[in-house]
Amino acid sequence: MATTYFTEDHEWIRVEDGVATVGITDYAQEQLGDLVFVELPEAGKTLAKGDTAVVVESVKAASDVYAPADGEVTVVNEALAGDPSLVNSSPAGDGWLWKMSLADASQLDGLMDEAAYKAHVS
Amino acid sequence: MPETEPTRHLPLEDLHEAAGARFGPFAGWRMPISYPPGVMREHQHTRAEAGLFDISHMQLVEIAGPDAAALLSAACPLDPAALGQGRSKYTLLLNEDAGIIDDLIVTRLSPERFMVVANAGNADGDVAHLTALAAGRDVSVAPLERVFLALQGPAAEAVLTAAGHDLSALTFMTAVEPKADWFVSRSGYTGEDGFELALPAAAAREVAAALLADARTMWVGLAARDSLRLEAGLCLHGQDIDETTDPVAARLMWAIPKPLREGGAYTGAAALARIRAAGPAERRVGLKPEGRQPVRAGAALFDAEGRPAGRVTSGGFGPTVGHPVAMGYVSAALAEPGTALSAEVRGNRVPVAVHPLPFTPHRYHKG
Repeated sequence: MATTYFTEDHEWIRVEDGVATVGITDYAQEQLGDLVFVELPEAGKTLAKGDTAVVVESVKAASDVYAPADGEVTVVNEALAGDPSLVNSSPAGDGWLWKMSLADASQLDGLMDEAAYKAHVS
Repeated sequence: MPETEPTRHLPLEDLHEAAGARFGPFAGWRMPISYPPGVMREHQHTRAEAGLFDISHMQLVEIAGPDAAALLSAACPLDPAALGQGRSKYTLLLNEDAGIIDDLIVTRLSPERFMVVANAGNADGDVAHLTALAAGRDVSVAPLERVFLALQGPAAEAVLTAAGHDLSALTFMTAVEPKADWFVSRSGYTGEDGFELALPAAAAREVAAALLADARTMWVGLAARDSLRLEAGLCLHGQDIDETTDPVAARLMWAIPKPLREGGAYTGAAALARIRAAGPAERRVGLKPEGRQPVRAGAALFDAEGRPAGRVTSGGFGPTVGHPVAMGYVSAALAEPGTALSAEVRGNRVPVAVHPLPFTPHRYHKG
């Protein structure tokens, strides 16, 4: 069964069969407003926890999305090149950003679960 | 510009809170950045119907007295004698080097009375500058406390008329004082037809309620105000123009009457004449990034050979044109539309082309 974790920087990370999918939360997309461009990493890129993995750009500003754990990018969401607004309309679904293999799954232990994240943003 | 914690609050802040605005700091003010529809819809709605903006952070200054025209002649490259009653003019406040202290709209209200609209971030400095120039002259410089609303878009006139404010007699860059302490001009910062209304807070609440009761009107925040003015090719002082840029490089000479371009009694006249004679080293231009990636203020520009060519001063996404838009300064030799340049964004070079301004045609009501 998939488990979803949340970071203080408003990313979600869903782990299923050792592969992690990362996106931004509904709260984050609402704060950012309409996205017009998503700069994605190349598959194969090595990320350390806290690295800027993706840059999401709204009409007004560019914002960094950080790697929530160490690992390697395996796939990026190519659909966002044509339609960055997927992140706004479906942040936890079709608007996912990238998938990665995890170097150390125990890094996720310090992250929030959904209830804790809801309390964090309320 | 780094923004610190805002200290000034709009008189209608509660209305923006109730409308669900997201706030952010701008020039010391806590400003509504966007509302629940979002910047994209707010922008598009303004071009399609009517957007209501709270621009009370802008400062109105009344210049009154027998020497009012003389004071403005000394402060700005402006011929107040040529400005008819009820007529507005875009002008500049220059320093001795012809650097731009601020850009202003000056309106003649009567033979001895003018209204100046100044930018929020420069208001205190402008008032001090004008007050210093007023020394020894029979004129007062009085900052006014007003709520300042802008209704912008093709439906603006009809919405105001339906709300009981028939302003159809005004044409672009004319103004009236329909009631005591009211000041209404047909002007704006979006490239669209529209009006700016300065009035006391209590009256402003009634007017805002009446305008918003019309289905053609929605609140529009500062984020869309910025994307609208950028598509319209209009400068933001502090970003596209400042004390280090002059009217020649900024391509604002159209704002200066011909006889005053060669010289005059205003501050900066001699420096401006020198700059004109020598020709500017750089020019303000529109920039169209290739592809979808926005190029933002601060990005360095390079020519086709990779040599430094200039800098981006404003940039973002243009919801109406559907692609990124920017403006900036480039070496004078590279200012021709179509010139291929590149901008550095996070270590990558993004191709950009010099593009004519505005990106969206102005639709002013010139009568």
